[in-house]
Amino acid sequence: MELSLQAISIIGAAVAVSFGAIGPALGEGRAIAAAMDAIARQPESAGPLSRTLFVGLAMIETMAIYCLVIALLLLYANPFVS
Amino acid sequence: MDTNPLSPDILWHLGPVPISRPVVTTWGIMALLTLVCWLAFRRPDRPGGALRTALEIVVETIATQVHDIIRRDPWPFLPLLGTLFLFLVAANLSVIVPGLHPPTGHLETPAVLAVIVFLSAHYFGVRARGAGDYLRHYVQPSPLLLPLNILSELTRTFSLMIRLFGNIMSHEFVVAIVAFLAGLLLPIPFMLLGILIGLIQAYIFTVLAAVFIGAAVGSVETA
Repeated sequence: MELSLQAISIIGAAVAVSFGAIGPALGEGRAIAAAMDAIARQPESAGPLSRTLFVGLAMIETMAIYCLVIALLLLYANPFVS
Repeated sequence: MDTNPLSPDILWHLGPVPISRPVVTTWGIMALLTLVCWLAFRRPDRPGGALRTALEIVVETIATQVHDIIRRDPWPFLPLLGTLFLFLVAANLSVIVPGLHPPTGHLETPAVLAVIVFLSAHYFGVRARGAGDYLRHYVQPSPLLLPLNILSELTRTFSLMIRLFGNIMSHEFVVAIVAFLAGLLLPIPFMLLGILIGLIQAYIFTVLAAVFIGAAVGSVETA
């Protein structure tokens, strides 16, 4: 089957999002599990812990969002498809 | 599903200047926030009613949170950070008003907000520590790290922009796709999730802005 540049771009976008979501998902799961563990041990420190957790999750999530941006560029602003 | 999230949708032209939909929504949100604040604080000498008390609770809460992050007097930073938070909450929650699109779901508004945070971090840093001392922290562990420090400044601003844009825009996309596939009632849980996402992203943007300003001022070490 002949693959056009558009079809390859769509496949590339899907691969970027799907595989790019794996790593941040695992990382966020570990971070939340560790935070839950810490809150269960010390419930009085839930406030600072959850704030730090949110900032850390935002940092981890950035990687997935970079993949989303790449996928969007491939779909909507592809420089190789006129 | 033929709307391109990266290109601006122009509503009309004001002379040579194109006016896009996010700009109109932004000015509407600014007018709304100004109106609410004016209604609450128009007589500052008298004891206020319910609206003013609620707004004072909000401001006090933001001040406490910023103080916990920056670990110094939060009031010099509160005009920027509080306005940022309230504007982002209003902008992200404008998705639940039918017919409105959140201005943070287009690339321009998060870009401008991230540039404001980037510039104000330098401003507060120079004002708190002096220009020489502030510039010296770029070569702080070793001068070899100067390019990496500059690169991290740029990438964290970029990721601040992309994080807000990506979350809000992708939520809009998900709701549009689910409404396209499944019709009337199924998008409602996704819309509820969108309220949560909007609030969390406004919070995260403000907390990260506070962390960057705190790092520039020199009271917190994390960046």
